[in-house]
Amino acid sequence: MKDFAFTRRLGLIAGITMSFTAAIGMIENFNKRVLVEPFILMGYVVLLGVPILVGLISARGRPNPLEKPIRDSRAGAVSGLIAGLFAGLVTSVFVLIVDTFDMTQFFPNMRPAMVEIMTFGFGVPIGLLVLILVTGVAGSLGGFIFGQSDSVRRGIGQATIWVLGFALFEGVVNDILEIDPVLDVIYAPNGGLLPWSAVVIGAVAWWLSGRFQGKSKILVEKVQKADKWSGIRWGTYLLGVVVLLLPLFVLGGIVNELLINVAFFVLLGLGLNIVVGYAGLLDLGYVAFFAVGAYGIAVLTSPLSGTINPEFSWWVALPIVMALAALAGLVVGTPVLKMRGDYLAIVTLGFGEIVRILLLSDWLTPIFGGAQGVRQIPGIPFFGTEISGIDPQYFIYFTLFFVAIAAYISYRAEGSRVGRSWAAMREDEDVAEATGISTIQAKLLAFVTGAIVASFAGALFAAKVGVIFTNSFDVLVSIIILVVVIVGGMGSIPGVAVGAFVLIGILGGPKSQGLLAEFAQYKLLIYGALLVFMMLKRPEGLLPSVRRSRELHLEELEQDAWLDKGGDFGNDEVEATT
Amino acid sequence: MSSSPAKTKPTARRFRFNWVDGFLWFIRVAALIAIVVGITGSVQNYIAGEGLTAVQWRDLVISSTSTGLMYGLIALGYSMVYGVLGFINFAHGEVFMAGSMVGFIAATLLFENGFWDANPFAAVLFVLIISMMTSTIVAVLVERIAYKPLRNSPRLIPLITSIGVSFFLQYAFAGLFGVASQSYPPAPGALGEDVIIFGIPIQGTKVLVFVVAMVSMVGLWYFVTRTKSGRAMRAVAEDKEIAGLMGIDVDRTIVVTFAVGGAMAGVAGLLWALLFRVVDFQTGFLPGLKAFTAAVLGGIGNLPGAMLGGVLLGLFEGVGPLLVLGGLGIPAVSQLKDAVAFAALFLVLIFRPSGLLGERLGSEDRA
Repeated sequence: MKDFAFTRRLGLIAGITMSFTAAIGMIENFNKRVLVEPFILMGYVVLLGVPILVGLISARGRPNPLEKPIRDSRAGAVSGLIAGLFAGLVTSVFVLIVDTFDMTQFFPNMRPAMVEIMTFGFGVPIGLLVLILVTGVAGSLGGFIFGQSDSVRRGIGQATIWVLGFALFEGVVNDILEIDPVLDVIYAPNGGLLPWSAVVIGAVAWWLSGRFQGKSKILVEKVQKADKWSGIRWGTYLLGVVVLLLPLFVLGGIVNELLINVAFFVLLGLGLNIVVGYAGLLDLGYVAFFAVGAYGIAVLTSPLSGTINPEFSWWVALPIVMALAALAGLVVGTPVLKMRGDYLAIVTLGFGEIVRILLLSDWLTPIFGGAQGVRQIPGIPFFGTEISGIDPQYFIYFTLFFVAIAAYISYRAEGSRVGRSWAAMREDEDVAEATGISTIQAKLLAFVTGAIVASFAGALFAAKVGVIFTNSFDVLVSIIILVVVIVGGMGSIPGVAVGAFVLIGILGGPKSQGLLAEFAQYKLLIYGALLVFMMLKRPEGLLPSVRRSRELHLEELEQDAWLDKGGDFGNDEVEATT
Repeated sequence: MSSSPAKTKPTARRFRFNWVDGFLWFIRVAALIAIVVGITGSVQNYIAGEGLTAVQWRDLVISSTSTGLMYGLIALGYSMVYGVLGFINFAHGEVFMAGSMVGFIAATLLFENGFWDANPFAAVLFVLIISMMTSTIVAVLVERIAYKPLRNSPRLIPLITSIGVSFFLQYAFAGLFGVASQSYPPAPGALGEDVIIFGIPIQGTKVLVFVVAMVSMVGLWYFVTRTKSGRAMRAVAEDKEIAGLMGIDVDRTIVVTFAVGGAMAGVAGLLWALLFRVVDFQTGFLPGLKAFTAAVLGGIGNLPGAMLGGVLLGLFEGVGPLLVLGGLGIPAVSQLKDAVAFAALFLVLIFRPSGLLGERLGSEDRA
């Protein structure tokens, strides 16, 4: 046992986490879902995932950049076991307390049903021992895995990911395959993978991970280096076309609907990314521009809108809405030009709320419909037909088109003169000003560009849903867009897309469900935790932009440079003495 | 020879029109005109015998002031943390909510066994202690887990973290307590009745709010100016590094700051619950934002300013909609209460960015 205090602390953290997930009813709710027949339930996977993870970490020991961790499966298993036992001990104390005192009056989830699940159905005295034992085994399993060789760990990782993926995304697989005989072979009739199909999927994933290790990189390089007209190039283009055609022919309604939601958030994320990621202005009222876009389209196109009722077509209304959003960007941007970063955050948040409150108020009800919202917003007219949310497989192409525009704008802006002045301003406003950058111009440009991109999203949203209410535009949406940008990686275009897929696609957006419907109740909790975790451990995001991550890790880079220098010093001295 | 200093006359600064400044002046003037026209309209309405009566206005002022005092109590926490660490602790509103939610358990249990009505003051004091302790613990834990590792990171990072903490705490409490609102037992004994002060009947809980807010304020003032920890706190706010060199334990002082701010939020949490009687997991969000507004209004980092800002903000959002917007002839003004509060923040930052009583910040945070 290398570092007992560290292991004990990990065990305590794991125990608290497990108790907390139980206390908020997560385990109980998730256990309604069977992942693999007959006994691998989703709640238990979450519950025991914690000690497995902690076992892994405890086997690695305290993070130490100077030493590589020693991979010893026996020592790892022992330290994992200890961490797991601690976790089990803490959790079982919690379960015992819940079992002894009746607290359902205040904490509705701390009820006998939860105790039953946490003790694996064995009841209190025996079940607690079972719980401690199981978490101990889970922890030592984690530690044991840590001690394995690279290829084995990779295999285990891939197998776990694929089995869990197939089990969790059963709905999607159903939606895509739609061939009952095949599905019957994979899934049990009541949901969940069949045991042997889980084994097969895991084994195939393991085998493939060994077979294709490192080959994907080579393939990517091959494509990048290929001649313009070579076969590989054409193959890639063909693949791209096939992927683009997927929504039309292969994907079902549910998946398309979900993809549209994801695309909206990619669009909003790209817009906010310009403001937050490029220009470094924390805008917490970004949803206001989304609202301007949506309400603009609604009022201008719907036959049922109030005082202002021109009934334009969507395409005519779009430029007007864009101009309105740009104007809104200027109006919001100008007063906050000289404010400190954090004042800016709270003022923009206030703006967002003011817009929502005004839209909802009786005062402006004649124009915006107040609590009734605006109804009967027509779809997007397109060569004689009208495309709206009723046929998501067509609508998605419009959203993708605008996502492409936004991505192109971001991509071109980043390297341009404006983009570079944003970067300079973000890093140090005074220095940027001193080098002749007009920060006023740069800031306003960021606000206006961001606002226009958000108005695209709003315009599409209004045409898609047909009816809009103010509750689609509350603070929560701003925050969720921010989480998407931050989790993906501030300043990184692919990062925003990944962030939107992971968060909106899997966990769900503010009003929409993601692939994991079970998470709907807890998604905001997870968003909050994720935001904190990312800021603490990986502030540059999942797919970081190179420049941004350098800024954020400046200190570490300096340290590394110093260490390198130290090494050089050492060598010099050695040379001098010899 | 001696190089003579340039003797050219400084050219008179020519007036150059600047769009940004022009726009800001436009907002300032427009806001002033709107306020003046609105108030005149209200006065005319009053003379014409429409709108609220004098007694109604008086009650409105009293209840707005008591709400404002609670904003002030919460604002103290924002102000102290901003003074010491230089970032907005978004999660402070949730610290306040935590106090009132856990206080709810204590209050309900006391109510059920009859102690609540039998010994009203002891019961309220007990719940107050519980609620203060909870808020303090939550504030300190949040500091330890989320903010301490970020001491030297770029400015926006702790701010974004605190947004995450805020959401995490909200939905953690939603998960623990359920999403339904919980109703506090009715204010016990004399607190539930009207007290007559200077011939004006005031609801007992509001008097309690006044008294407790004043006592807490005096206590805090004593703590900050007269005790060793308070002095350490001011030193750290002035300059962390130098304070550290002078032998002050900076980390400990920061924890103390969070703890004191949390305790004040806990006090506000219980008072809020006694006054409005309904708490849920979102109780903290809006009051938190408004308390921050109050802190900015009074001058961030300035503790008397925070209290003054709180009271003023309470008055703005309580009286403002009726007085100004009502005078402008806008219907259903009470819906616009929150909008008025945010507009107040915005106008303060345009008219006097350093707040009414001036900011008190460390050298690195001034901008």
